[in-house]
Amino acid sequence: MAKIKGDIVINTERCKGCEVCLAACPFTVIAMSKEVNSKGYHFAMKVNDECTGCTNCALVCPDGVITVYRAKVTTE
Amino acid sequence: MEELFAKPEIRKPENIVYKKTDLMVDRPLSYCPGCGHGTAHRMLMEVIEEMDITEKTIGVSPVGCSVLAYDFLNIDMLGAAHGRAPALATAIKRMWPNHFVFTYQGDGDLAAIGTAETIHACNRGENITIIFINNGIYGMTGGQMAPTTLPGMRSSTSPYGRDVPTMGHPLKMTELVAHLPGVYYVTRQSVHTPNNVRKTKKAIRKAFELQKENKGLSFIEIVSNCNSGWKMTPVQSNKWMEENMFPFYQLGDIKVDGKLIEVAR
Repeated sequence: MAKIKGDIVINTERCKGCEVCLAACPFTVIAMSKEVNSKGYHFAMKVNDECTGCTNCALVCPDGVITVYRAKVTTE
Repeated sequence: MEELFAKPEIRKPENIVYKKTDLMVDRPLSYCPGCGHGTAHRMLMEVIEEMDITEKTIGVSPVGCSVLAYDFLNIDMLGAAHGRAPALATAIKRMWPNHFVFTYQGDGDLAAIGTAETIHACNRGENITIIFINNGIYGMTGGQMAPTTLPGMRSSTSPYGRDVPTMGHPLKMTELVAHLPGVYYVTRQSVHTPNNVRKTKKAIRKAFELQKENKGLSFIEIVSNCNSGWKMTPVQSNKWMEENMFPFYQLGDIKVDGKLIEVAR
């Protein structure tokens, strides 16, 4: 069965930790890290495999730090 | 930690469905975390990239938080005196009628000091696009009361809330200019949810298409948050905006194809 799978890459150095993407994600794929980046912000990070590549998080990100990938994956 | 859930079979260049456009200069934005300016900048640049008019677009940046827009937008930009962006845009458009000219202004710039320039540029029907970011406050200078501040809204110069008998009513610039005959397209959008971001992009695209057809001035208001000025977290400020700003500044098209849209406002 073919399934749409997605993946996101977050530029953690540019993330300002505003948490707007958390509210936009329909599958709670994103959460805030405990660590901080070099500017002292808690950055967003991917915490599970549910991503479908819907691009919602990337659209609302004010700093445009999220790159979204999407592909059809064939599974048994 | 993040790499724990990485999917290398999907993470390939041909599978990219969304990335920051190359027309945004690769440097950190000077805006506060969660500010709508960044999203508005990106949507504007995406439209310019999709229409392939990078070489033919000239932007005018205002005075305010977005005064440094020319540092982030990788197109030709000019800085105008406070509030005078529509006047400068008029001059540019008349010199280069085949170029696309837009102004990017905040509410302190467009609705306060630049009221005269805005209204007269709209009334003359200059063939430009005005993008108006409304956050109801003077964000850059420390959250003072702006003409667009809501009644009862707290700011650093109205600490007990805007008192209408002494401080006046909020100014709805968008409805005001919609009544001028030179204006062809007027809409009000926001950039706080994915759906609204998509709608805003469509509106900006439409405005630039209309400029191509020499239809007249198009005016796009983007209701945005100012979380540091409002003293809230970004998510709280988006919620506050939905509950308080949107009932007063109703989203949607106000004038399409030169005709006012009749809704109960």
